Amino acid sequence: MLSLEQIAGIAHLARLELAPGEDAALQQQLNNILAMVDVMAAVDTAGVEPMSHPQQLMQRLREDVVTEHDQRETFQAIAPEVEDGLYLVPKVIE
Amino acid sequence: MTLHRDSLAQLSAKLAKKEVSSVELTRHYLARIEAQQAALNAFITVDAEKSLAQAAAADARIAKAGAAPLTGIPIAHKDLFCAKGWRTTCGSKILSNFIAPYDAHVIEQFDRAGAVLLGKTNMDEFAMGSSNENSAFGPVRNPWDTAAVPGGSSGGSAAAVAAMLAPAATGTDTGGSIRQPASFTGVSGLRPTYGRVSRYGMVAFASSLDQGGVLARSAEDMALVLGVMAGYDERDSTCIDRPKDNYVGGLGNGVKGLRIGLPKEYFASGLSQDVAGPIHAAIEEYRRLGATVVEVSLPNQALSVPVYYVLAPAEASSNLSRYDGVRYGHRTDQPGDLMQLYKKTRAEGFGPEVKRRIMIGAYVLSHGYYDAYYLKAQKIRRLIAGDFAQAFTRCDLIMGPAAPSVAYDLGSKTTDPVRMYLDDLYTIPINLAGLPGMSIPCGFGDKGRPVGLQIVGNYFDEARMLCAAHAFQQATDWHARMPEAFK
Repeated sequence: MLSLEQIAGIAHLARLELAPGEDAALQQQLNNILAMVDVMAAVDTAGVEPMSHPQQLMQRLREDVVTEHDQRETFQAIAPEVEDGLYLVPKVIE
Repeated sequence: MTLHRDSLAQLSAKLAKKEVSSVELTRHYLARIEAQQAALNAFITVDAEKSLAQAAAADARIAKAGAAPLTGIPIAHKDLFCAKGWRTTCGSKILSNFIAPYDAHVIEQFDRAGAVLLGKTNMDEFAMGSSNENSAFGPVRNPWDTAAVPGGSSGGSAAAVAAMLAPAATGTDTGGSIRQPASFTGVSGLRPTYGRVSRYGMVAFASSLDQGGVLARSAEDMALVLGVMAGYDERDSTCIDRPKDNYVGGLGNGVKGLRIGLPKEYFASGLSQDVAGPIHAAIEEYRRLGATVVEVSLPNQALSVPVYYVLAPAEASSNLSRYDGVRYGHRTDQPGDLMQLYKKTRAEGFGPEVKRRIMIGAYVLSHGYYDAYYLKAQKIRRLIAGDFAQAFTRCDLIMGPAAPSVAYDLGSKTTDPVRMYLDDLYTIPINLAGLPGMSIPCGFGDKGRPVGLQIVGNYFDEARMLCAAHAFQQATDWHARMPEAFK
């Protein structure tokens, strides 16, 4: 069972600010989901290889050549705040 | 005008014979969309000027005799396919101002074919949901009964096709998001094999499960659309370099000698009687048409929902970490420091279901819990895929229900997320295995709401599935029924 302290920790990992009271609601909902998921623990999976992907193929490789051209202006045209080709965020280093 | 009642194949013939122009056809659908938007809320973005410009270009192409089967056909797209210059929201506030700077491979394929982008359809936020009640742009309603949900997450596409606001629409299916809404709205929906359709430019939810597909009013129409959508694209590293089958050419092959597997677990206690009846009747129809039926078993099927609710949130928490308010999308206007910028932007931009799944994902991937949840789920995923491999040694296609009940009323399941998750027990196993799945209408259940028959094929066996669906639709008329208010 997740504690309220754990909920706060997970919210930090997920970079989500929780509104007052939201943590208790999430605690109950997440615990309900984990209770549903917990049936997995009883399954014997000794010797079973994890399946990370539906295809049994090796990842494809390509030639190491330039395939993308510079589209900075296009991409920055939809950014919240840019200046001189840079994305702006609040000051990180004083 | 009753053009909207025509199949996509019929419309294609009329365009080729110049009985109607693409501009006229597109105007007709745009007018229908506008007239029904208040009742159904099936679309998030419509841009008549853009659509009509494409239609005019299609008419020019038809005049020069350079047309392909989809040239001039208006197609609606689920609002998670990036289309250059079109707002692409994924049903989320966090992308509510996002104008896509490039085209998804799927959009390029339709452009090359000369199809017209008719609009972007409503959906559960980031494709997380089974009822379309999780959209930041409001819920979609079911054309058969506007008190009912259309299913999700491709609910806008399903409602648009069912109400004949588009001859076909794209969707995506991560855990049933094409098949379940197709079942709920009485349309045909196909999720192809993982890797058949490129995911390039399709906003990611759970990358090892997501696959784009089609919703339409018949197997024949789906075959036409899949022939355009499918294809190799090197920009999606999981897209398979393999020739497309002739989906249309194989439609008439019939089902004589076809071996249909019925998983005994799919007909157990959880299935509503009003759904079981039409499913059994459909299987009987297949017997009459010359197919044989064999019982198969998917013993680990009950573990699919738990496994999915570890793996899909884990992948989602990683994929959705890109929404940070820095490069595109919504940004809080109260940033404070950089950490506050991230946290407030994401808290404001994501809805409750998306937050739940991001948090579950962050937890199951975190130090100390990874082995017990994530790795364990991946191991059981292999067992579930193995069940299908075993079953397909004894049959050619697997059939069963797509959902345990008909569409339910709006608001009736929103208070208990886990209960809604468990309803996806017939669709999720197919995604975990990476197999192709389909739902076609096969009757009506309680309150006259549609029932869908699920057809599951082996890897890359879409042509056989479409052929089987076509045979059923030649012998029955469930797929041709139209909701009274939208005829």
